[in-house]
Amino acid sequence: MTLRFDKLGVVIAAIVAYAAFLAPFATFRANRIVPGQARPILEALPPTLGMLLLAIVIVGGIIALLRTPLILRLAASIVALAALAVLIGVAGSFLTPAGNTFARVAPASGFWLLIFAFTLLLADVLTRLNLSPWSRVGVLIIAALAIAVLLISGSWDSLSILKEYAGRADSFWAEASKHVTLALGSLAGAVVVGIPLGILCHRVDKLRAGVLNVLNIIQTIPSIALFGLLIAPLGWVALHVPGAAAVGIRGIGTAPAFVALFLYSLLPVVANTVVGLAGVPRAANDAARGMGMTDRQRLFDVEFPLAFPVILTGIRIVLVQNIGLATIAALIGGGGFGVFVFQGVGQTAMDLVLLGALPTVALAFAAAIILDAVIEMAATRRRAVETA
Amino acid sequence: MKAWLPAMLRLAVLLLLVVFITSPNWFEPLLKPLTENGAPAIYNQGSLLTLTLQHLRIVLVATVAATVVAVALAILVTRPAGAEFLPLSRSLVNIGQTFPPVAVLALAVPAVGFGEKPTLIALFLYGLLPIFENALTALTTLPGNVMEAARGAGMTGWQRLMKVELPLSAPVILGGIRLSVVISLATATIGSTVAAKTLGEVIIAGLISNNLAFVLQGGLIVAALAVLIYDGLSAVERYAARRMGQGAE
Repeated sequence: MTLRFDKLGVVIAAIVAYAAFLAPFATFRANRIVPGQARPILEALPPTLGMLLLAIVIVGGIIALLRTPLILRLAASIVALAALAVLIGVAGSFLTPAGNTFARVAPASGFWLLIFAFTLLLADVLTRLNLSPWSRVGVLIIAALAIAVLLISGSWDSLSILKEYAGRADSFWAEASKHVTLALGSLAGAVVVGIPLGILCHRVDKLRAGVLNVLNIIQTIPSIALFGLLIAPLGWVALHVPGAAAVGIRGIGTAPAFVALFLYSLLPVVANTVVGLAGVPRAANDAARGMGMTDRQRLFDVEFPLAFPVILTGIRIVLVQNIGLATIAALIGGGGFGVFVFQGVGQTAMDLVLLGALPTVALAFAAAIILDAVIEMAATRRRAVETA
Repeated sequence: MKAWLPAMLRLAVLLLLVVFITSPNWFEPLLKPLTENGAPAIYNQGSLLTLTLQHLRIVLVATVAATVVAVALAILVTRPAGAEFLPLSRSLVNIGQTFPPVAVLALAVPAVGFGEKPTLIALFLYGLLPIFENALTALTTLPGNVMEAARGAGMTGWQRLMKVELPLSAPVILGGIRLSVVISLATATIGSTVAAKTLGEVIIAGLISNNLAFVLQGGLIVAALAVLIYDGLSAVERYAARRMGQGAE
């Protein structure tokens, strides 16, 4: 029997070998800001579990290295990821001396590299399986549930990032809801204003270049500057317009962040609406006119449904971008996960940075997968309508 | 609109920008009304010119590195030997784009410390994606008859790449670089939250001391740089497209 190597597998196996034997699995620190001491797998875990984890990642690496059936690769990546996820929690309680509340145990580079290597393997398998949009959302839900189980069961409680969380549980959820409100609220505003504006730009040629140019220039203003520049006008509005302060309009805080995100969101929504409407086949419009449809009917029954997938793509760009940009709102007192990121940077407490950054990445990632699935379904339906 | 008007407008913006960063004090009366309690109207903790040059240098270094790596990767996955990586690289690009720049920046700090390095890493990673995506699109959608002709003319794989594929892809790749530069110019300002010397320093100083004049001058310099560089690269792109006989625009 000849052994055949998988090209991607060579890369994965190399990362696994380095991460398992040369890189530290966890770092131990006497308190939250001193430099840590590196611990390899066998020192970070009780001996049997350490050997077990080594065996799992080595076998996983070999499966990745050789040309093996997809189902075996899928199993290897899932088993390895699950083992890593559970055992990093075990390492946390194993390394923390009993009763010591200052010591911090954090996952180290070896852990993250192993997670990266096996996620790469999993991503490769999932790409090759060519899953339907629904199954991709299903995979996402299963992964989210697995993480939720680990979080609720308390098996990660001894890790440093959750110790940061434990001290801030209330503010964490308050900031989380602010973050989501900022990202989704500004998206909703941009959709309500941007789609009609896009339709207008599509119909009125003279308007199109002007509106798109202005929106383009807004995009080039750096986010922290735009956030800052809105402080003055909104502060003025709060002082001089009766009732404005009562509905929460203020110079600093959520209002300027909301307006800035809204302004950034307009360009992708308007531009994609224009592109989508321009891409509606002339034949479809002619047929609709021939059937005696009014302009209004044509817009809602023909043009809009046909342009929908392109408009959705704009919405996906906006949502992912807003989830990331909302972190900057923290700089002007707008709240959101950025609060933890910037506090952490200020205190050089990286666990606190992670507490802000990881949920942001997870949110953006989930939003991208869900909207990609929705776009694919909308596009398939459009093709089905076109061929019918 | 007359044809010369946009060109004049750009020239005016460029002149204004150069005058502003070299002798900002001339503009003090304009910015003074934005300050309170006699605060300085012009950034005084460093020269705007130096900060602008440092800002541009970070963006330039990150973009050049990102271009080299992204184009090399795109070439690799479009060769027969690397074809296996093509679908995966597409998904990775998709996943990569969901990482917010602030998160990348903050996560790079524990690995390399504060200062310019985390900013360079964030800009590099963030700049990779648009260039890679465009290079991939360009290299996978080359006209089939041209490739046939090149093969028929007896060109080797290397010759086809250097003389046919890359020149034909250049306009689209340049489009990716342009996008990447504009994103980097804005993202570099965030680098100042981790102590990189960029124009973000001016904006953050303004946010901290509640000095709108600082926020405005920092923001406007970056925005002007972005608009001018965007336009300049668009012109280069049109030139490349014309040379390739694709003068669509």
